[in-house]
Amino acid sequence: MTEPLSMENRTTCEISFTVNGESKTIRAYPIERLLDVVRRQLGLTGAKEGCGEGECGSCSVLMNGVLVNSCLIPVLQANEANIVTIEGLAAGAQLDTLQNAFLQCGGAQCGICTPGMILAASHLLNNNPGPSLDEIREALSGNLCRCTGYIQIFEAVAEAARNRATT
Amino acid sequence: MRSNPSEYQLVAPASLQAVVSLLAAEPGAWLPIAGGTDLMVQYAAGKLPARKLVSIWNLSELRRIEVLPDEIRIGAGCTYTDLREHQTVQREFSLLARAAAWTGGVANQNRGTLGGNIVNASPAADSLPALLVYEADLILVSVRGERRLPYREFHTGYKKTKLAPDELIRTICIARKFSPYFAYTRKVGARNAQAISKVCIAALGRRGGDVVEDIRIALGSVAPVPIRLVETERLLLGQSMDSSLLAVVKKTAIAELRPIDDVRSTARYRSAVVGNLVTEFLEKLGSSEF
Repeated sequence: MTEPLSMENRTTCEISFTVNGESKTIRAYPIERLLDVVRRQLGLTGAKEGCGEGECGSCSVLMNGVLVNSCLIPVLQANEANIVTIEGLAAGAQLDTLQNAFLQCGGAQCGICTPGMILAASHLLNNNPGPSLDEIREALSGNLCRCTGYIQIFEAVAEAARNRATT
Repeated sequence: MRSNPSEYQLVAPASLQAVVSLLAAEPGAWLPIAGGTDLMVQYAAGKLPARKLVSIWNLSELRRIEVLPDEIRIGAGCTYTDLREHQTVQREFSLLARAAAWTGGVANQNRGTLGGNIVNASPAADSLPALLVYEADLILVSVRGERRLPYREFHTGYKKTKLAPDELIRTICIARKFSPYFAYTRKVGARNAQAISKVCIAALGRRGGDVVEDIRIALGSVAPVPIRLVETERLLLGQSMDSSLLAVVKKTAIAELRPIDDVRSTARYRSAVVGNLVTEFLEKLGSSEF
């Protein structure tokens, strides 16, 4: 049996993972939410806490390439994982095609849902480069927006898919 | 009130064997956690009574789907996404693939597991009516060994199950004999996506000419545990399908139901919806090519 990663006396444990391409090692209580660790310890505040119960998607991140709600991940389960947050999408000042498309199409208003929307869209386009409108709607169904409505957001994702196909 | 993370232990043994050893060492003390889509919600709300948790997320022994000649064996740690994307599940167990597709959004489908859906025993779990009509078996594992139990015997009451304190669901087994069946499923909720069901139906039927040769109808969200409409099924079995039969069946289904009132819907609404869903299933079965 491998030694469990946390200790008997309920102390913190060491977590090593890759975040936006950089290796990080931090200490945290094993049940701490990945969302809190990313925001407070790593200072990456792009992932937002909306509902805190996996309904709204504003805390979305990619974990090993898979879309997850970081509010529902105990950080111990992220040990040795590859995490991508919204901060990891742009290359320096060069925005990702999705970020540009959201700007062009008016896909962001207050901005709270936007990081999650873009990561959910990124997960979709990585698996399905030419999605139909129904597939876009389904892929974003776990991400709630209370400002723009969804039409501009769907248009932004479709636009990004077209732009990715031509570049 | 938020939970204090320093009050919780969470360990992640590297093997299933190590997990069941831990469960056996202190029976009932350790709560297994897989994708956390249920338990982490309770944790964040300060409502998780367990203080010692053992992670079973991504244990390779629980994350396999084996296709044998006679049955499919689904590891309890398989996610809804795993189920949706598996070709045999799509082809032969469409009720399960479709329930997986409408459980939560993509992020929750990537983390929620079939075993978690079973063991948390929510009456509203969408995959459970499918397991009832497929007459799935569960393989439970502990240091004492494995035992195989029909899934229909697993839930003994609201959020109560037959799982012993040192046991874990290891595998969900379903016989591969449903290709000649007509499969029907619908979820009725407040909206299409990301909504908990008011009523969820899964049904299978096989006809020989006009005669009903086999029929299975299960419902979720209408009672403290997912149920089969056994009296309705008995009424239909061996009968010739015609409009007079359909009228009697609808009445029997509603009478048999004894639905619940709760935050999501009323007993009256549920009765009406179930009557309509059963009718729609039988009409489609009658006109299907099966």
